[in-house]
Amino acid sequence: MLMTLPAAAEPVDLGELTLAPNASSFTLDNGLQVVVIPDRRAPIVTHMIWYKVGSADEPAGKSGIAHYLEHLMFKGTETHPGSEFSTTVARVGGKENAFTSNDYTAYFQQVSKENLAEMMGFEADRMKNLQLTPEVSAPELNVVQEERRARIETRPSAELGEALDATLYVNHPYGDPVIGWPDELANLTFEDALNFYRSFYRPGNAVLVIAGDVTEDEIRSLAQDTYGQIADDLGTFDRDRPKAQHLRSDRLVELRDPRVSQPSTQTAWLVPSYATAEPGEAEALDILSEILGGNNTSRLYTSLVREEPLATNAGAWYQSSAIDDTRFIVYAVPQDGVPLDTIETKARALIADIAENGVGDEEMARARTSLLASVIFAQDSQSSLARIFGSALTTGSSVEDVQEWPTRIAAVTAEDVQNAARKFLVGGGAVTGRLLVADTAPDAAAAANPTE
Amino acid sequence: MYYALNRAIVAVAFFAASIGSASAIDIQEVTTPKGVSAWLVSDDTVPVVAVDIAFKNAGSSQDPAEKAGRANLLAATLDEGAGDLDSVAFQNALLEGAVQLSFDSSRDHLYGDLSTISSSVERGFDLLHLALTQPRFDQEAVDRMKGQIIAGLRREEKDPDTVVAQLWARTAFPDHPYGTPSNGIPETVATLTRDDLVAATRGLAKDNLMIAVVGDIDAETLIPLLDRAFGDLPDTAELTDVPPVEPETGLTVSETIDTPQTAIRFGGPGLAREDDDFIPAFVMNHILGGGSFSSWLFSEVREKRGLAYSVYSYLAPFEHAAIFGGGTATRNDQADEALDVIRAQFERMANEGPTEEELADAKAYLTGSYALRFDSSSAIARQLLFIQLEELGMDYIDKRNALIEAVTLDDVKRAATRIFGEGVPTVAVVGAPAG
Repeated sequence: MLMTLPAAAEPVDLGELTLAPNASSFTLDNGLQVVVIPDRRAPIVTHMIWYKVGSADEPAGKSGIAHYLEHLMFKGTETHPGSEFSTTVARVGGKENAFTSNDYTAYFQQVSKENLAEMMGFEADRMKNLQLTPEVSAPELNVVQEERRARIETRPSAELGEALDATLYVNHPYGDPVIGWPDELANLTFEDALNFYRSFYRPGNAVLVIAGDVTEDEIRSLAQDTYGQIADDLGTFDRDRPKAQHLRSDRLVELRDPRVSQPSTQTAWLVPSYATAEPGEAEALDILSEILGGNNTSRLYTSLVREEPLATNAGAWYQSSAIDDTRFIVYAVPQDGVPLDTIETKARALIADIAENGVGDEEMARARTSLLASVIFAQDSQSSLARIFGSALTTGSSVEDVQEWPTRIAAVTAEDVQNAARKFLVGGGAVTGRLLVADTAPDAAAAANPTE
Repeated sequence: MYYALNRAIVAVAFFAASIGSASAIDIQEVTTPKGVSAWLVSDDTVPVVAVDIAFKNAGSSQDPAEKAGRANLLAATLDEGAGDLDSVAFQNALLEGAVQLSFDSSRDHLYGDLSTISSSVERGFDLLHLALTQPRFDQEAVDRMKGQIIAGLRREEKDPDTVVAQLWARTAFPDHPYGTPSNGIPETVATLTRDDLVAATRGLAKDNLMIAVVGDIDAETLIPLLDRAFGDLPDTAELTDVPPVEPETGLTVSETIDTPQTAIRFGGPGLAREDDDFIPAFVMNHILGGGSFSSWLFSEVREKRGLAYSVYSYLAPFEHAAIFGGGTATRNDQADEALDVIRAQFERMANEGPTEEELADAKAYLTGSYALRFDSSSAIARQLLFIQLEELGMDYIDKRNALIEAVTLDDVKRAATRIFGEGVPTVAVVGAPAG
């Protein structure tokens, strides 16, 4: 049976879009910014506190302290000692967790709405009154070291990722891993954590995001009764970091490891983020990453995987949210026997082609539809929306920036995309990282892994 | 039109300390003229439709041993071209239509996940129809997906966590499909052909199809779309019988990978979902190692001793085996200590059991958090599909918390005795031996 085929159809018309149009925002006298995103479908609330501090704000020699502190934030206060907060979350059937990035640290609970006030009380308490002892802090440092082993040291690809970042971000703390360098991590103390805590954990340096079955009025009064009681006149910490340097040199980092069975390659460029870009440039990079490698009809996938085929997979992504300049990455996994430099050269040629000849209308339409559809899908999940706003507001964007993002994406032209490729991805300065199978000869393997 | 045979308005109750509140979920069971049934929750608040489907028992346990990875390759290739649309045309139709479509296989089942915005719901169902009933399996697409899967398997080949999971499975299920890696190994995937995929599609039929639809669509609109998407499927799935199996107990196996952390998996017999003690066992497992920050394993292994970042236990009632299992990862020289601490918690559970307060806390968490599984259309669709697959009944959402509330300390102890009395869990260890 033949049908009217969807392929014959025009791209679906998504109309004028606003991300979370009913979201609103206000600021308490102590500087705490509050974002409310109503979703009345179920009597559930996601409560997130975001601190405008991450691993890129750590003092020299203390890499990993932002993340270690995140773990220690679950160790209690004078009012709520030990694990009372977590026990209470569990008793009310709530879920909780926390995460740390380069630029932010966030804590959240998801609970039924009548427990929200209690959660806000607990979270406000630990913003100010964390108590730490060596007895609870020392085992937690071991936990974090195990986390580093699990995430990085058992995975050669993650170790290569650390080397790639350390090489790309010259003169900038994004080059240091969020979880910390092993030797510095091993020497962190709870005093280090408390110093960091006292410097950065304040209402004026935080954003409260509440999504779910609430109204702005309810939240105004609850926030005032809890977080509003903490004095702070210092305002937002000024994250004036040294600028990452754009080197003209291309750089190559390679990791050969006996644990690698499948080689791969990636190339990273230092590019502007939404916070550092000229108007429209970050949006153009978003569209460019979609056209170049966002799906399996993209330029990279079509050329490297479908047509030649040189690779089993290929793509690109752009880390758009960051306080400072960020990265644009192209990656590929080779077919057996295909040298990595053949793939890298081909990928560079594809980028050069966009820089020289631009992109087509159909590609533009597909990329736009795909990014804008993601805005509509995001509205289905209160926790997704809370994360979108939290990460944007702690990396230099405003509520309006987030809401109007679809409009700005829709306004990107083919010429903008071509200019972005020409300006940021051609010429020197890229860092290529290769994950390689170690030579199987016994002495070569030992040389590659001398510490064992 | 005849539909809406059945309708249940169930309350997802919150078990809150203070005020109880409930959110009504209005589930309709619709059946089409061509005999396709689906559970539907209509809610037009967000302009999105989430469709979760499963072909029961069409997962990787259907793969012949020498064709391990067949169901996984099928899932990867179904959206790689169908009908008149080759791979590129099909993928572009998804992108241009704002339609997200993906397939996935588990040990037991083959899943499909369709998400559309309101205005593209017809396109979504039409593309799903093509994928299920007229997949092309062009040689180019089959080879490309095989290459991608093999590269993925190689990437994990020396990852301790992957290696230990496979080691445990083949030790616990030596002569059963559950012992084989569900995505296959590079050697078996390399031999798979288009004919193998065609053979695997015989497991996709109306009689093992389960459908959950949630979001901005009503029954009247949905019914013809269900017939368009699924009406042409064969009536009866051709499935191989998979025998029931009990995991082997009491074995300890290890493999060496030169890596700084040792990965540990343990597992033995659990309880089947239809067992009267399943819910007590579920509560027992929550207290022991079921994922909260207050479980015994979390407290003893992580919080007090700092031995691991992650430590957990689970109950997995598969279709053909019931498993109690878990795992952790720790520095090589601490592996024995971590295992000792974990085993001591098994013994404590079998001999002493939890306190009344621990039981009350576990019940409060499990009942209270149930509602959180219904916080979005896609989450509700997942739950409705799960309830159908497990044959728990449309009123399960209403009954579920009462089942947990009814669990007594004696029930938990009995469940623990049954699980830990079945023999010592088989342990698999992968890392570099200390010293």
